[in-house]
Amino acid sequence: MNTLRAILLQASSVLAATVLFGIAAPPGASAQSYGSTLTQPASPTKAPGPDGFLQRWIILDPIHVNGVTQNAVQAAVKTNYFPGQFTVIPRDGDKVTVGDVELIWHAVDTKNYNVNLYHLVHALNKPFTNVLFWAVTIVNCPEEMRDVRLAIGSNDASVWWVNGQEVIGIYGDRQTVIDDGVSKKLTLNKGPNVIRCAVHNQGGATDFCARFLDAQNKPVKNLSLSLGDIGK
Amino acid sequence: MINPMKFVLLTAILTLASSAYALDGQIGIHDPSTVIQCDGKFYVFGTGGGGLISDDGWTWRGGAVRPGGGVAPDVIHIGDRYIVAYAGTGVHTMWTKTLDTNSPDFGFKDDTVVATSDLDCNAIDPAFLLDPGDGKLWMSYGSYIGFIRLVQLDPKTGKRVDPNGTPYNIAVNCEASAMMFHDGWYYLLATHGSCCRGSDSGYNIRVGRATAVTGPFLDNMGVDMIEGGGKLFVGSNGRDIGPGHFGLLDLGDGVQKFSCHYEADLDRGGASVLDLRPVLWKDGWPEAGENMKGGTYEIQSVRTGTSLELAVEGVPVGGRRPLRGGGGGFGGRRGGPGAGVAAGETNAAGGQIAVGEPGGTNAAGGRGVRRGGGGGMFAGQGGVIPPQDVAQVSTNWPAGNVDLRLANYLCQAQQKWAITAVTNSGGYPGSPYFKITIAGTDRALAVSEDAELVALPAFSGGPEQLWRIEQLTDGTWRIMPKSVPNSKDALALSAIGSSFATLGKFDPTSDMQRWLIRAP
Repeated sequence: MNTLRAILLQASSVLAATVLFGIAAPPGASAQSYGSTLTQPASPTKAPGPDGFLQRWIILDPIHVNGVTQNAVQAAVKTNYFPGQFTVIPRDGDKVTVGDVELIWHAVDTKNYNVNLYHLVHALNKPFTNVLFWAVTIVNCPEEMRDVRLAIGSNDASVWWVNGQEVIGIYGDRQTVIDDGVSKKLTLNKGPNVIRCAVHNQGGATDFCARFLDAQNKPVKNLSLSLGDIGK
Repeated sequence: MINPMKFVLLTAILTLASSAYALDGQIGIHDPSTVIQCDGKFYVFGTGGGGLISDDGWTWRGGAVRPGGGVAPDVIHIGDRYIVAYAGTGVHTMWTKTLDTNSPDFGFKDDTVVATSDLDCNAIDPAFLLDPGDGKLWMSYGSYIGFIRLVQLDPKTGKRVDPNGTPYNIAVNCEASAMMFHDGWYYLLATHGSCCRGSDSGYNIRVGRATAVTGPFLDNMGVDMIEGGGKLFVGSNGRDIGPGHFGLLDLGDGVQKFSCHYEADLDRGGASVLDLRPVLWKDGWPEAGENMKGGTYEIQSVRTGTSLELAVEGVPVGGRRPLRGGGGGFGGRRGGPGAGVAAGETNAAGGQIAVGEPGGTNAAGGRGVRRGGGGGMFAGQGGVIPPQDVAQVSTNWPAGNVDLRLANYLCQAQQKWAITAVTNSGGYPGSPYFKITIAGTDRALAVSEDAELVALPAFSGGPEQLWRIEQLTDGTWRIMPKSVPNSKDALALSAIGSSFATLGKFDPTSDMQRWLIRAP
């Protein structure tokens, strides 16, 4: 969300924000849903959406950071906030401590192509300005997939890892655009692949989306998504 | 009008070094035929017999053989034959199975007169059209004495279908006609003005179109070419004087070029030389495009509207301005407009919130803007902001290889590309290969071992660092590496997603591989 609009939004009341963003659930709503778009997963696995978007994630409460430029975001995501930051496969409700603050992982399915982090933090009554969200999902492949690309969009900046390798980053004050950032060609292993991202929001609305594209730039759909069932 | 020197044979083949980005090598020719490919080589024939050969369409040499002498030939490839027409006493046609004189199949046969002069037609300057719709072969011919005429030929032999038939009169007051078919229209291109007077030659190529091959060919104002009409296709420009003798070179995938000669290339002593340039199509009319010229450019994706840049942190032009403090912070709630944002942040307009009192004027004495009621964050910093110093901002760039991406163009150093012709590295029809470097640096756009884009710290001349830059028929550009490591595929610079670039197979139906190359 660009900053001027963020200023305007933040000058408004929570009620105004609710109107603007269609937020249904007030702070303190049931843990089973986060706003109108996010729900707690109710099945072990989930197929990608019709256009291949990855619609199941586990997301950590936001961490305070500053700066949305490339160098600032790179420095932020390379900061060691909690043990296993680049390796952990969390489960819903797992907790980590960052500084002196206890943060919780939240598993969500999204109804849309994107994951609306603004809905999440609003439901959790968490901050959304100058924050970093860590998110993880497991992509299960029926076979090895070569020459695919991770295609992402985010509001604002984000950095992405596939099986521990940083593959793409987009920076600056920006809105989520489908396939905004597209990685170089990569290989997804047969079986589970860990997709991890860190999304930085400077202010206002915040969300992200992700999918894989094949060598013909078509969405990869023969995948399944799961959370927290491996690596523990 | 008569061009008496039209019949003077131009026998000397000029060996000239290129001084700009016109063709290279031996490119002296007058009244060139269509440029045609045979066994991977390009051939063109001219007045006086013989012709030129090129391995790549950029560097030319003598050595093509066309018997019969005469003037202004044309050539077409149909089936297993190359049919050649030339004007001696009347227009002759003949055919050979190859243009390669080293081949046992080389040898012209069946030299036959297919058109003759009369009071109303000077039978010279033949040109072929193979109708893609019905496969009929046509030949236009003629000069300033009388009409441009059209007759039908047998595509197998090059002889007249009806030797005693009456030719169609299709244009007047022109010569060096040629025809092409595009999107349901037949186009007649003919050369107006005077030839053979060096830099005083008024040659220019004009065009009309018709829904039937026999006309009437009307120009953009509805004037029939048989009454002297014709929309300008290309005239003299820069130091190239008197273009004439259009010939279409269709390279496929939406890339069309045309050949012509200039009556006088002022950079080559006023000699008559061959050139190859792009054909553009605008509103149903062909126009002459331009070959790439060196310079500093923004390279913008047609697909995304974003521009190619090094994947480094950009610095706002003019520097980051200090901002008023206030608000911000983790979870903080800021005030509304005018309350300011935290130091170091940008505002929504892409600039920063300015320090200073609203309503004043700039004090720098430059072309500042008097602050109106808005003032404040929109008042600028006063004076002219100088171009970004790449030597300064690049000190923060990684020393080694750097990735590429696409971003909104902000006039920053990592977004400005110097496109420079590379000598002695070959070329393609109309142009040499280019290197593409960040302006003011030697950081060179290249292809990595895994067929992705990378910016190298320095240009070293490898084929993966050389680029073929061609204007497409819509005026946009296709950018292709000379070679891709570990691949034989011909790939083009391709936008992928909104903010990244890679290499991909050129798709003429897509905007992915179309680029705007614009002054920054």
